[in-house]
Amino acid sequence: MKRLFLATTVVSLGVTAVFALWVTPPRADQGFDAVRLLYLHAPTAWIAYLAFGVTALASLLWLFPRTRSATWDLLAGASAEVGVVFTGLTLVLGSLWGRPTWGTWWEWDARLTTTAILFFLYLGYLALRRTGTTADERGKRSAIAALIAFADVPVSYLSVTWWQTLHQQGTVFNERLSVKIDGSMAFTLVAAVVSFTLLYGYLVLERFELAQLEEGREARELERAIAERVRAEHVEVAPV
Amino acid sequence: MSFLRDALLVAGKDLRIERRSRVALQQIIPFGGVVVMLFAFALDSDRTLLHQAAPGLFWAAVLLAVLLAVGRSFAIEEANRARDGLRLSGLDGGSIFLGKAAAVAVELFLLEVIVGAAVVVLYDVSVRGAVVLLCAAVAATVGLAATGTVYGVLAGGLRARETLLPLLVLPAVTPVMLGATRSFQAALDGTPGDAWPWVQLLTAFAVLAVAAGTVAFGPLLEEA
Repeated sequence: MKRLFLATTVVSLGVTAVFALWVTPPRADQGFDAVRLLYLHAPTAWIAYLAFGVTALASLLWLFPRTRSATWDLLAGASAEVGVVFTGLTLVLGSLWGRPTWGTWWEWDARLTTTAILFFLYLGYLALRRTGTTADERGKRSAIAALIAFADVPVSYLSVTWWQTLHQQGTVFNERLSVKIDGSMAFTLVAAVVSFTLLYGYLVLERFELAQLEEGREARELERAIAERVRAEHVEVAPV
Repeated sequence: MSFLRDALLVAGKDLRIERRSRVALQQIIPFGGVVVMLFAFALDSDRTLLHQAAPGLFWAAVLLAVLLAVGRSFAIEEANRARDGLRLSGLDGGSIFLGKAAAVAVELFLLEVIVGAAVVVLYDVSVRGAVVLLCAAVAATVGLAATGTVYGVLAGGLRARETLLPLLVLPAVTPVMLGATRSFQAALDGTPGDAWPWVQLLTAFAVLAVAAGTVAFGPLLEEA
Protein backbone atom coordinates (compact mmCIF):
# COMPACT_ATOMS: atom_id res chain seq x y z
CA MET A 1 0.00 0.00 0.00
CA LYS A 2 2.72 2.40 1.01
CA ARG A 3 4.75 1.37 -2.03
CA LEU A 4 1.84 2.16 -4.29
CA PHE A 5 1.54 5.55 -2.58
CA LEU A 6 5.23 6.21 -3.13
CA ALA A 7 5.05 5.06 -6.78
CA THR A 8 2.08 7.35 -7.47
CA THR A 9 3.90 10.25 -5.87
CA VAL A 10 7.06 9.70 -7.91
CA VAL A 11 5.12 9.31 -11.17
CA SER A 12 3.07 12.47 -10.58
CA LEU A 13 6.20 14.44 -9.64
CA GLY A 14 7.81 13.17 -12.85
CA VAL A 15 4.85 14.25 -14.98
CA THR A 16 4.91 17.67 -13.29
CA ALA A 17 8.64 18.02 -13.96
CA VAL A 18 8.20 17.23 -17.66
CA PHE A 19 5.39 19.77 -18.01
CA ALA A 20 7.16 22.41 -15.94
CA LEU A 21 10.49 22.12 -17.76
CA TRP A 22 9.52 21.45 -21.38
CA VAL A 23 5.82 21.88 -22.14
CA THR A 24 5.04 25.26 -20.52
CA PRO A 25 6.29 28.44 -22.22
CA PRO A 26 8.80 30.88 -20.68
CA ARG A 27 7.37 34.28 -19.73
CA ALA A 28 9.11 37.57 -20.44
CA ASP A 29 7.45 39.37 -17.51
CA GLN A 30 8.45 36.65 -15.01
CA GLY A 31 12.14 36.31 -15.75
CA PHE A 32 11.77 34.06 -18.86
CA ASP A 33 12.70 30.53 -17.82
CA ALA A 34 12.66 31.55 -14.16
CA VAL A 35 8.87 31.43 -14.34
CA ARG A 36 9.23 27.65 -14.05
CA LEU A 37 9.99 28.23 -10.38
CA LEU A 38 6.26 28.94 -10.07
CA TYR A 39 5.61 25.19 -10.27
CA LEU A 40 7.84 24.67 -7.23
CA HIS A 41 7.33 27.85 -5.26
CA ALA A 42 3.51 27.93 -5.19
CA PRO A 43 3.09 24.21 -4.32
CA THR A 44 5.71 24.33 -1.53
CA ALA A 45 3.94 27.35 -0.04
CA TRP A 46 0.62 25.49 -0.25
CA ILE A 47 2.14 22.45 1.46
CA ALA A 48 3.50 24.66 4.25
CA TYR A 49 0.02 26.05 4.95
CA LEU A 50 -1.54 22.59 4.65
CA ALA A 51 1.03 21.07 6.99
CA PHE A 52 0.51 23.70 9.67
CA GLY A 53 -3.26 23.35 9.26
CA VAL A 54 -2.97 19.61 9.88
CA THR A 55 -0.77 20.31 12.90
CA ALA A 56 -3.34 22.75 14.31
CA LEU A 57 -6.20 20.31 13.71
CA ALA A 58 -4.33 17.38 15.27
CA SER A 59 -3.42 19.62 18.24
CA LEU A 60 -7.09 20.52 18.73
CA LEU A 61 -8.04 16.85 18.63
CA TRP A 62 -5.37 16.13 21.24
CA LEU A 63 -6.59 18.92 23.51
CA PHE A 64 -10.23 17.83 23.27
CA PRO A 65 -10.56 15.19 26.04
CA ARG A 66 -12.86 12.88 24.08
CA THR A 67 -10.50 12.52 21.13
CA ARG A 68 -7.22 12.66 23.06
CA SER A 69 -4.75 10.09 21.82
CA ALA A 70 -0.99 9.95 21.36
CA THR A 71 -1.62 9.55 17.62
CA TRP A 72 -2.69 13.19 17.27
CA ASP A 73 0.36 14.46 19.09
CA LEU A 74 2.73 12.46 16.89
CA LEU A 75 0.83 13.46 13.75
CA ALA A 76 1.02 17.14 14.76
CA GLY A 77 4.78 16.83 15.22
CA ALA A 78 5.32 14.93 11.95
CA SER A 79 3.26 17.41 9.96
CA ALA A 80 5.01 20.43 11.51
CA GLU A 81 8.42 18.99 10.64
CA VAL A 82 7.45 18.59 7.00
CA GLY A 83 5.83 22.04 7.13
CA VAL A 84 9.03 23.71 8.36
CA VAL A 85 11.05 22.08 5.57
CA PHE A 86 8.56 23.28 2.97
CA THR A 87 8.39 26.79 4.46
CA GLY A 88 12.18 26.95 4.21
CA LEU A 89 12.00 25.73 0.60
CA THR A 90 9.32 28.33 -0.18
CA LEU A 91 11.54 31.11 1.16
CA VAL A 92 14.64 29.91 -0.71
CA LEU A 93 12.82 29.28 -4.00
CA GLY A 94 11.00 32.60 -3.74
CA SER A 95 14.30 34.34 -3.12
CA LEU A 96 15.83 32.66 -6.20
CA TRP A 97 12.84 33.76 -8.27
CA GLY A 98 12.85 37.27 -6.82
CA ARG A 99 16.41 37.96 -7.94
CA PRO A 100 15.73 37.85 -11.73
CA THR A 101 12.19 39.31 -11.59
CA TRP A 102 12.30 41.87 -8.77
CA GLY A 103 16.03 42.47 -8.85
CA THR A 104 16.48 41.55 -5.20
CA TRP A 105 16.93 38.39 -3.14
CA TRP A 106 14.74 39.68 -0.36
CA GLU A 107 12.15 42.38 0.11
CA TRP A 108 10.53 43.34 3.44
CA ASP A 109 7.07 42.92 2.04
CA ALA A 110 4.14 41.61 4.06
CA ARG A 111 3.99 38.17 2.43
CA LEU A 112 7.72 37.51 2.75
CA THR A 113 7.92 38.83 6.28
CA THR A 114 4.93 36.88 7.59
CA THR A 115 6.28 33.71 5.93
CA ALA A 116 9.68 34.22 7.57
CA ILE A 117 7.95 34.66 10.94
CA LEU A 118 5.99 31.46 10.25
CA PHE A 119 9.27 29.63 9.70
CA PHE A 120 10.66 30.77 13.06
CA LEU A 121 7.40 30.19 14.96
CA TYR A 122 7.38 26.54 13.91
CA LEU A 123 11.12 26.12 14.48
CA GLY A 124 10.31 27.15 18.05
CA TYR A 125 7.46 24.65 18.09
CA LEU A 126 9.79 21.84 16.99
CA ALA A 127 12.36 22.89 19.60
CA LEU A 128 9.64 22.79 22.26
CA ARG A 129 8.76 19.23 21.21
CA ARG A 130 12.36 18.11 21.72
CA THR A 131 12.79 19.24 25.31
CA GLY A 132 12.41 15.75 26.71
CA THR A 133 9.51 15.60 29.10
CA THR A 134 6.68 13.10 29.48
CA ALA A 135 4.53 12.34 26.42
CA ASP A 136 1.43 13.91 28.01
CA GLU A 137 3.28 17.04 29.08
CA ARG A 138 4.80 17.39 25.61
CA GLY A 139 1.40 16.84 24.01
CA LYS A 140 -0.23 19.58 26.06
CA ARG A 141 2.50 22.20 25.71
CA SER A 142 3.10 21.64 22.03
CA ALA A 143 -0.62 21.55 21.19
CA ILE A 144 -1.13 24.98 22.76
CA ALA A 145 2.02 26.34 21.10
CA ALA A 146 0.81 24.99 17.73
CA LEU A 147 -2.54 26.73 18.06
CA ILE A 148 -0.87 30.06 18.91
CA ALA A 149 1.58 29.74 16.02
CA PHE A 150 -1.22 28.91 13.57
CA ALA A 151 -2.61 32.45 14.00
CA ASP A 152 0.10 33.61 11.57
CA VAL A 153 -1.01 31.27 8.75
CA PRO A 154 -4.17 33.20 7.68
CA VAL A 155 -2.28 36.49 8.12
CA SER A 156 0.45 35.26 5.80
CA TYR A 157 -2.02 33.87 3.28
CA LEU A 158 -4.18 37.01 3.18
CA SER A 159 -1.27 39.47 3.42
CA VAL A 160 -1.21 40.00 -0.36
CA THR A 161 -4.88 41.09 -0.27
CA TRP A 162 -4.64 43.14 2.92
CA TRP A 163 -1.55 45.16 2.08
CA GLN A 164 0.09 46.59 -1.03
CA THR A 165 2.81 44.05 -1.58
CA LEU A 166 5.48 43.48 -4.16
CA HIS A 167 4.48 39.84 -4.06
CA GLN A 168 1.72 39.15 -6.57
CA GLN A 169 -1.80 38.24 -5.51
CA GLY A 170 -3.20 34.74 -5.67
CA THR A 171 -2.97 33.25 -9.14
CA VAL A 172 -5.96 30.95 -8.66
CA PHE A 173 -7.68 32.01 -5.43
CA ASN A 174 -7.89 35.78 -5.90
CA GLU A 175 -10.75 38.18 -5.19
CA ARG A 176 -12.63 37.42 -8.42
CA LEU A 177 -11.81 33.74 -8.34
CA SER A 178 -10.58 33.97 -11.92
CA VAL A 179 -7.56 31.95 -12.88
CA LYS A 180 -4.99 34.42 -14.18
CA ILE A 181 -2.93 32.00 -16.24
CA ASP A 182 -4.12 29.68 -18.93
CA GLY A 183 -3.60 26.43 -20.76
CA SER A 184 -0.53 24.40 -20.03
CA MET A 185 0.58 26.68 -17.19
CA ALA A 186 -2.64 26.25 -15.23
CA PHE A 187 -2.58 22.50 -15.81
CA THR A 188 1.05 22.23 -14.71
CA LEU A 189 0.37 24.28 -11.59
CA VAL A 190 -2.54 22.00 -10.65
CA ALA A 191 -0.43 18.92 -11.37
CA ALA A 192 2.36 20.33 -9.21
CA VAL A 193 -0.01 21.03 -6.32
CA VAL A 194 -1.46 17.51 -6.54
CA SER A 195 1.93 15.80 -6.73
CA PHE A 196 3.39 17.87 -3.90
CA THR A 197 0.35 17.09 -1.77
CA LEU A 198 0.99 13.39 -2.42
CA LEU A 199 4.64 13.93 -1.47
CA TYR A 200 3.54 15.68 1.72
CA GLY A 201 1.24 12.78 2.59
CA TYR A 202 4.00 10.26 2.00
CA LEU A 203 6.58 12.19 4.05
CA VAL A 204 4.18 12.67 6.97
CA LEU A 205 3.31 8.97 6.89
CA GLU A 206 6.99 8.00 7.03
CA ARG A 207 7.77 10.51 9.75
CA PHE A 208 4.72 9.48 11.77
CA GLU A 209 5.69 5.80 11.66
CA LEU A 210 9.24 6.68 12.68
CA ALA A 211 7.93 8.73 15.62
CA GLN A 212 5.77 5.79 16.72
CA LEU A 213 8.80 3.48 16.58
CA GLU A 214 10.83 5.99 18.60
CA GLU A 215 8.14 6.18 21.25
CA GLY A 216 7.93 2.38 21.37
CA ARG A 217 11.68 2.06 21.73
CA GLU A 218 11.75 4.51 24.61
CA ALA A 219 9.01 2.60 26.41
CA ARG A 220 10.81 -0.73 25.85
CA GLU A 221 14.14 0.64 27.06
CA LEU A 222 12.51 1.98 30.18
CA GLU A 223 10.95 -1.40 30.88
CA ARG A 224 14.26 -3.16 30.33
CA ALA A 225 16.07 -0.75 32.63
CA ILE A 226 13.50 -1.35 35.36
CA ALA A 227 13.75 -5.11 34.89
CA GLU A 228 17.57 -4.98 35.08
CA ARG A 229 17.41 -2.88 38.22
CA VAL A 230 15.01 -5.31 39.86
CA ARG A 231 17.26 -8.25 38.92
CA ALA A 232 20.38 -6.51 40.20
CA GLU A 233 18.81 -5.69 43.54
CA HIS A 234 17.53 -9.22 43.81
CA VAL A 235 21.06 -10.59 43.30
CA GLU A 236 22.50 -8.20 45.87
CA VAL A 237 19.87 -9.02 48.40
CA ALA A 238 20.22 -12.83 47.97
CA PRO A 239 23.48 -13.40 49.94
CA VAL A 240 22.10 -11.62 53.04
CA MET B 1 -14.68 39.98 41.63
CA SER B 2 -12.55 37.48 43.48
CA PHE B 3 -10.95 36.74 40.09
CA LEU B 4 -9.41 40.22 39.93
CA ARG B 5 -8.57 40.18 43.63
CA ASP B 6 -6.67 36.93 43.14
CA ALA B 7 -4.84 38.46 40.18
CA LEU B 8 -3.85 41.45 42.32
CA LEU B 9 -2.66 39.06 45.02
CA VAL B 10 -0.34 37.24 42.59
CA ALA B 11 0.88 40.52 41.03
CA GLY B 12 1.56 41.87 44.54
CA LYS B 13 3.53 38.76 45.42
CA ASP B 14 5.73 39.01 42.32
CA LEU B 15 6.32 42.75 42.72
CA ARG B 16 7.14 42.34 46.42
CA ILE B 17 9.74 39.70 45.53
CA GLU B 18 11.21 42.07 42.94
CA ARG B 19 11.26 44.97 45.41
CA ARG B 20 13.17 42.88 47.92
CA SER B 21 15.51 41.01 45.56
CA ARG B 22 16.07 44.05 43.29
CA VAL B 23 16.81 41.81 40.30
CA ALA B 24 14.61 43.88 37.99
CA LEU B 25 16.03 47.15 39.24
CA GLN B 26 19.68 46.17 39.40
CA GLN B 27 19.94 43.75 36.49
CA ILE B 28 17.13 44.02 33.94
CA ILE B 29 16.92 47.83 33.72
CA PRO B 30 20.71 48.31 33.51
CA PHE B 31 20.66 45.62 30.79
CA GLY B 32 18.25 47.80 28.81
CA GLY B 33 20.65 50.72 29.24
CA VAL B 34 23.61 48.69 27.96
CA VAL B 35 21.63 47.62 24.88
CA VAL B 36 20.80 51.28 24.12
CA MET B 37 24.50 52.08 24.39
CA LEU B 38 25.49 49.14 22.15
CA PHE B 39 23.15 50.32 19.40
CA ALA B 40 24.94 53.65 19.42
CA PHE B 41 28.26 51.85 18.93
CA ALA B 42 26.76 49.71 16.16
CA LEU B 43 25.66 52.81 14.26
CA ASP B 44 29.01 54.49 14.96
CA SER B 45 27.21 57.12 17.07
CA ASP B 46 25.95 58.78 13.89
CA ARG B 47 23.53 61.32 15.34
CA THR B 48 21.12 61.58 12.40
CA LEU B 49 20.97 57.81 11.95
CA LEU B 50 20.39 57.24 15.67
CA HIS B 51 17.74 59.92 15.70
CA GLN B 52 15.87 58.26 12.81
CA ALA B 53 16.17 54.74 14.17
CA ALA B 54 15.42 55.69 17.79
CA PRO B 55 11.86 54.22 17.99
CA GLY B 56 12.97 50.87 16.57
CA LEU B 57 16.07 50.68 18.72
CA PHE B 58 14.07 51.59 21.82
CA TRP B 59 11.58 48.79 21.22
CA ALA B 60 14.31 46.30 20.32
CA ALA B 61 15.89 47.05 23.71
CA VAL B 62 12.49 46.58 25.41
CA LEU B 63 11.93 43.28 23.58
CA LEU B 64 15.25 41.90 24.80
CA ALA B 65 14.41 43.02 28.32
CA VAL B 66 11.04 41.21 28.07
CA LEU B 67 12.96 37.93 27.77
CA LEU B 68 14.80 38.64 31.00
CA ALA B 69 11.69 39.81 32.84
CA VAL B 70 9.70 36.73 31.82
CA GLY B 71 12.58 34.39 32.56
CA ARG B 72 12.86 35.95 35.99
CA SER B 73 9.10 35.79 36.56
CA PHE B 74 9.20 32.01 36.16
CA ALA B 75 12.59 31.47 37.79
CA ILE B 76 11.05 32.61 41.08
CA GLU B 77 8.42 29.89 40.66
CA GLU B 78 11.07 27.20 40.15
CA ALA B 79 12.89 27.98 43.40
CA ASN B 80 11.63 26.08 46.47
CA ARG B 81 9.03 24.45 44.21
CA ALA B 82 6.92 27.59 44.41
CA ARG B 83 5.18 26.40 41.25
CA ASP B 84 3.64 23.55 43.23
CA GLY B 85 2.57 26.05 45.88
CA LEU B 86 0.89 28.18 43.26
CA ARG B 87 -0.85 25.10 41.88
CA LEU B 88 -2.08 24.06 45.30
CA SER B 89 -3.17 27.57 46.27
CA GLY B 90 -6.63 27.02 44.78
CA LEU B 91 -6.35 30.22 42.75
CA ASP B 92 -7.88 30.13 39.28
CA GLY B 93 -5.32 29.64 36.48
CA GLY B 94 -6.62 32.70 34.65
CA SER B 95 -6.16 34.95 37.66
CA ILE B 96 -2.63 33.66 38.23
CA PHE B 97 -1.89 34.50 34.60
CA LEU B 98 -3.31 38.01 34.90
CA GLY B 99 -1.35 38.60 38.10
CA LYS B 100 1.97 37.42 36.72
CA ALA B 101 1.48 39.29 33.43
CA ALA B 102 0.53 42.46 35.32
CA ALA B 103 3.69 42.26 37.42
CA VAL B 104 5.81 41.85 34.29
CA ALA B 105 3.94 44.78 32.68
CA VAL B 106 4.66 47.04 35.67
CA GLU B 107 8.36 46.16 35.52
CA LEU B 108 8.41 46.82 31.79
CA PHE B 109 6.76 50.23 32.24
CA LEU B 110 9.44 51.22 34.69
CA LEU B 111 12.07 49.99 32.26
CA GLU B 112 10.49 51.87 29.35
CA VAL B 113 10.49 55.14 31.28
CA ILE B 114 14.16 54.82 32.23
CA VAL B 115 15.38 53.43 28.89
CA GLY B 116 13.18 55.98 27.11
CA ALA B 117 14.89 58.79 29.02
CA ALA B 118 18.27 57.34 28.03
CA VAL B 119 17.19 57.23 24.36
CA VAL B 120 15.99 60.85 24.48
CA VAL B 121 19.31 62.02 25.88
CA LEU B 122 21.72 59.75 24.02
CA TYR B 123 20.01 59.66 20.60
CA ASP B 124 19.01 63.34 20.63
CA VAL B 125 15.25 62.78 20.36
CA SER B 126 12.70 65.50 21.08
CA VAL B 127 9.50 64.09 22.56
CA ARG B 128 6.29 64.93 20.70
CA GLY B 129 2.78 63.45 20.64
CA ALA B 130 2.77 62.32 24.27
CA VAL B 131 -0.79 60.95 24.12
CA VAL B 132 0.02 58.65 21.20
CA LEU B 133 3.29 57.58 22.80
CA LEU B 134 1.50 56.70 26.03
CA CYS B 135 -1.36 54.80 24.34
CA ALA B 136 1.03 52.86 22.12
CA ALA B 137 3.33 52.07 25.03
CA VAL B 138 0.47 50.82 27.22
CA ALA B 139 -1.01 48.59 24.49
CA ALA B 140 2.41 47.27 23.46
CA THR B 141 3.48 46.57 27.03
CA VAL B 142 0.30 44.66 27.85
CA GLY B 143 0.73 42.60 24.67
CA LEU B 144 4.39 41.88 25.41
CA ALA B 145 3.80 40.97 29.05
CA ALA B 146 0.86 38.69 28.22
CA THR B 147 2.62 36.89 25.33
CA GLY B 148 5.79 36.54 27.37
CA THR B 149 3.89 35.10 30.31
CA VAL B 150 2.10 32.50 28.12
CA TYR B 151 5.41 31.30 26.71
CA GLY B 152 7.03 31.57 30.13
CA VAL B 153 4.72 28.92 31.56
CA LEU B 154 4.88 26.93 28.31
CA ALA B 155 8.66 26.60 28.66
CA GLY B 156 8.60 26.58 32.48
CA GLY B 157 10.21 23.59 34.18
CA LEU B 158 11.76 22.30 30.94
CA ARG B 159 15.46 21.50 30.73
CA ALA B 160 16.36 24.01 28.01
CA ARG B 161 13.92 26.75 29.02
CA GLU B 162 16.45 29.62 29.03
CA THR B 163 17.40 29.03 25.40
CA LEU B 164 13.92 28.00 24.29
CA LEU B 165 12.13 31.10 25.59
CA PRO B 166 13.71 33.66 23.20
CA LEU B 167 13.02 31.44 20.18
CA LEU B 168 9.37 31.11 21.20
CA VAL B 169 8.71 34.69 22.29
CA LEU B 170 10.52 36.83 19.73
CA PRO B 171 8.78 35.62 16.54
CA ALA B 172 5.42 35.80 18.33
CA VAL B 173 5.84 39.45 19.34
CA THR B 174 6.99 40.74 15.94
CA PRO B 175 3.59 42.46 15.39
CA VAL B 176 4.19 44.43 18.62
CA MET B 177 7.68 45.41 17.51
CA LEU B 178 6.30 46.63 14.18
CA GLY B 179 3.23 48.41 15.59
CA ALA B 180 5.03 50.08 18.47
CA THR B 181 7.91 51.25 16.29
CA ARG B 182 5.62 52.67 13.61
CA SER B 183 3.35 54.47 16.07
CA PHE B 184 6.34 55.95 17.93
CA GLN B 185 7.83 57.01 14.61
CA ALA B 186 4.61 58.74 13.59
CA ALA B 187 4.27 60.51 16.95
CA LEU B 188 7.87 61.74 16.96
CA ASP B 189 7.60 62.87 13.32
CA GLY B 190 4.70 65.10 14.34
CA THR B 191 2.07 63.10 12.42
CA PRO B 192 0.17 61.38 15.27
CA GLY B 193 -2.78 60.71 12.94
CA ASP B 194 -0.72 58.03 11.17
CA ALA B 195 -0.12 56.27 14.48
CA TRP B 196 -3.70 55.28 15.35
CA PRO B 197 -4.04 52.28 13.00
CA TRP B 198 -0.87 50.88 14.59
CA VAL B 199 -2.20 51.58 18.10
CA GLN B 200 -5.33 49.67 17.09
CA LEU B 201 -3.17 46.76 15.95
CA LEU B 202 -1.31 46.84 19.27
CA THR B 203 -4.59 46.92 21.21
CA ALA B 204 -6.03 44.00 19.22
CA PHE B 205 -2.85 42.02 19.81
CA ALA B 206 -2.94 42.80 23.54
CA VAL B 207 -6.60 41.75 23.86
CA LEU B 208 -5.95 38.47 22.00
CA ALA B 209 -2.82 37.71 24.03
CA VAL B 210 -4.58 38.36 27.36
CA ALA B 211 -7.58 36.25 26.29
CA ALA B 212 -5.40 33.37 25.07
CA GLY B 213 -3.30 33.47 28.22
CA THR B 214 -6.28 33.52 30.56
CA VAL B 215 -7.67 30.38 28.89
CA ALA B 216 -4.42 28.46 28.41
CA PHE B 217 -2.53 29.25 31.62
CA GLY B 218 -4.47 27.00 33.99
CA PRO B 219 -4.00 23.79 31.99
CA LEU B 220 -0.33 24.66 31.36
CA LEU B 221 0.36 25.15 35.05
CA GLU B 222 -1.17 21.78 35.94
CA GLU B 223 1.01 18.73 35.59
CA ALA B 224 -0.22 16.39 32.88
